[in-house]
Amino acid sequence: MSETLKPETAEQVLDAVKWAAASESPLAVKGQGSKEGFGRAVEADCRLDLSGLTGIGCYEPNELFMTAGAATTLAEIEAALRQNNQQMAFEPADLGILLGGEGDAGTIGGAIACNLAGPRRIKVGAARDHFLGFNAVSGRGETFKSGGTVVKNVTGFDLSKLIAGSFGTLAVMTEVTFKVLPAPEKTRTVLVLGLSDQDAMKAMAKALGSSHEVSGAAHLPEAAAKGSKVSHVAGTGRSVTAFRVEGPGPSVEHRCRALTALLGGGASVEELHSENSALLWREICDVRLLDGDGGNGRQVWRLSVPPMNGAGVAEQLTAGTGASVFYDWGGGLIWLTMDATPDAGHETVRRAVEAAGGHATLVRAGADVRNRVPVFEPQTGALREITARIKEGFDPKGILNPGRMVEGV
Amino acid sequence: MKMPQPDAGVIARRAEIIEAMQAIVLGEGVITDEEELRVYDHDGLMAYKGLPLVVVLPETTGQVSAILEYCAANEVKIVPRGAGTGLSGGALPLADAITLGLGKFNKILEIDYDNRTVITQSGVTNLAITEAVEDEGFYYAPDPSSQIACSIGGNIAENSGGVHCLKYGLTTNNVLGIEMVLMSGKIVHFGGKHLDSGGYDLLGVATGSEGLLGVITEVTVRILQKPETARALLLGFPSNKSAGNCVAAIIGAGIIPGGMEMMDKPAIHATEDFVHAGYPLDVQALLIVELDGPEVEVDHLIERVDAIARQAGATHLSVSRSEEERQAFWSGRKNAFPAVGRLSPDYLCMDGTIPRRKLADVLQRIEELSQQYGLRIANVFHAGDGNLHPLILFDANEPGELEKAENFGADILRYCVEVGGVLTGEHGVGIEKRDLMGVMFTEDDMNHQQRLKCAFDPAHLLNPGKVYPTLHRCSELGRMFVHKGKLPFPDIPRF
Repeated sequence: MSETLKPETAEQVLDAVKWAAASESPLAVKGQGSKEGFGRAVEADCRLDLSGLTGIGCYEPNELFMTAGAATTLAEIEAALRQNNQQMAFEPADLGILLGGEGDAGTIGGAIACNLAGPRRIKVGAARDHFLGFNAVSGRGETFKSGGTVVKNVTGFDLSKLIAGSFGTLAVMTEVTFKVLPAPEKTRTVLVLGLSDQDAMKAMAKALGSSHEVSGAAHLPEAAAKGSKVSHVAGTGRSVTAFRVEGPGPSVEHRCRALTALLGGGASVEELHSENSALLWREICDVRLLDGDGGNGRQVWRLSVPPMNGAGVAEQLTAGTGASVFYDWGGGLIWLTMDATPDAGHETVRRAVEAAGGHATLVRAGADVRNRVPVFEPQTGALREITARIKEGFDPKGILNPGRMVEGV
Repeated sequence: MKMPQPDAGVIARRAEIIEAMQAIVLGEGVITDEEELRVYDHDGLMAYKGLPLVVVLPETTGQVSAILEYCAANEVKIVPRGAGTGLSGGALPLADAITLGLGKFNKILEIDYDNRTVITQSGVTNLAITEAVEDEGFYYAPDPSSQIACSIGGNIAENSGGVHCLKYGLTTNNVLGIEMVLMSGKIVHFGGKHLDSGGYDLLGVATGSEGLLGVITEVTVRILQKPETARALLLGFPSNKSAGNCVAAIIGAGIIPGGMEMMDKPAIHATEDFVHAGYPLDVQALLIVELDGPEVEVDHLIERVDAIARQAGATHLSVSRSEEERQAFWSGRKNAFPAVGRLSPDYLCMDGTIPRRKLADVLQRIEELSQQYGLRIANVFHAGDGNLHPLILFDANEPGELEKAENFGADILRYCVEVGGVLTGEHGVGIEKRDLMGVMFTEDDMNHQQRLKCAFDPAHLLNPGKVYPTLHRCSELGRMFVHKGKLPFPDIPRF
């Protein structure tokens, strides 16, 4: 990168994008840069550093929303929410360490641009479901907004959905509004030990199909469980299937008992309380259970499939290959890690996912591999045309994060 | 309400178009007789009517694809229609457009309890999905009050809500996938039984797009197990303000009820006269707060809400002791529209959303406007999420009254936006709020929304005249004016 522009106001962002559009100078858009290694490397000479656009603008706990500068750190937002016993219910993952950098980094704009979601995805949704509105500058060098501060809003097209998960390729967000919710009074985790992957899928389907409002269902095969810092999990020498239950105290106790009974009870069921429970879900959310602490050069894929197909897909991709997995979202999210190869095994991975229904993302690999292999699910036919036309409409000069999602787009 | 000038050239080709449709949809699926077309001349926004060029009722996705392909090639417009229950005129026919009814897409295709999904054709009613899975204790959470009649495809087009969306989300949070036919005739699939998208979230943008982006033919939704139990509190207050404060205090205490509804005095009296729900008549505002979950949780939360309500000055408190009683508490609220309908020959239902804290302020303003316009009003309110439904009473047979009622409604919506809210929470823009879009959005805001439209339907053949006051040509929207050379921006720090 030859130059970095660091605007401090929305007006300066507008000026910078206008300049880039006029001079056809592609911009690499970044907040804190904690997820720079996620997606393809951007083909740009100039960096647009948004880290000056910070600060919580409006936070009214009783209205259940917060408005903040796009590069406000998640740490600052979480601290403000904690003071009011609230949280971002979609649990934005901290992928810093997985991606080979530092932990505890990331901004709200980055979490939305990557449409992050944690284990609670199955109950409350992803960033897309909590993103209420924004101000942004499109690649046309024009300021526009969408949405508002209220949850129920169907006024015009829902551009928040378009921007969430677009990896900065359509518009530069300057200010975002998102939903916040009360933090649960109490959290506990029911552990079932020693299930095979297939049996774990069935157990998770049973729990998620019950009325016990499970807010996290993950399965850790023995190798993944061993990587946990929670001794009850690491020390079992068996696989661990975890079910999170949150809510008012008496309700949590009742539902944990009911879940234990539903899942067969007996000696192979345990419970985690408070800190241990929180730590385990943090490890699952931030993908810290693959090959110990990660960062050892293995490649990592993220697969989203119908939950009951999880074990089958994983079996196909791990049998006899040295690859390993763990599952979140009741089996619907597979984190797959494998020894590094020049093509990241992408054809095999995509074939397995296509047969099961879903999509795969190459989350960790060297920059050369990510530029050679499609990182996101390749699109064909009409889908590809629509995607290209949307990009053309919002960023006709192709100046915003070109190549981040798809080569040449 | 001004609609686009019908294209006389298309109307002149009517016979030819009918013939082409009859070649695609055999039998009785092409409706051309004026008497029969009248059935389709309006949707849930009764004040506006018009005859379509022709109505076509296809039965397969292949037929929908062939129809759209023909229409794209021959520049014929399409108005998609689900069950016709929409309240904002989204399915209002156009004289030069085919109304494409999805009523024959009425089959549930697959129920998958393990993955907790149902795949259904788009014309199936919202309630039919719940009915198909309730033997196993499951349900589909979004429950618009028209759920007995409205179609799931229409729910997606409008991103419908309902009384339970405070806790369980709107349609957009409960839909996993769709099959959609584009104006080109191409069939696309967004999403499926898995979560999130491998590219841009086209499922997300199609939801709430009011029939402007494509025709939805198949839908995958998630289903949930019903809560173990549900109980409701009926809370009466001496003022709108104290009821509003109670709502804020409940949320502030970290409680998200399954439903939290409010009615003002005229609405309470109208519904009590109609269904005899047992509502107190000596209060100014009534709240229904429903708590659901395991019994121990519901008991615990009822105690807490009870205490909060007393603190907020509730003068009437009762808790449902049986399922019958809970249903009775709801019966009034659920019949509020027909109940208010008995008071007056016609009514208009508004749908703004406001920040909860502005409730008393907005109700006060509505009361002032009511006096100014000389039209009566009753208010029902999804209090938990700030979605207000003022019902404006009028008589369409009195010359000028419809216009007066519409102006009154527009003033309410302008005020909603002024206090930080939005024009529509769940009914959609359609034609009803189309000309108010400029109150909320700048030209640039709307142009960016229309660029999304251009990516799907560049010739503007799908549902024109709805949602946007002016549809710009896509070639015009695509043009970009740039100053060549480096713009000076000395203020931006650079490194």
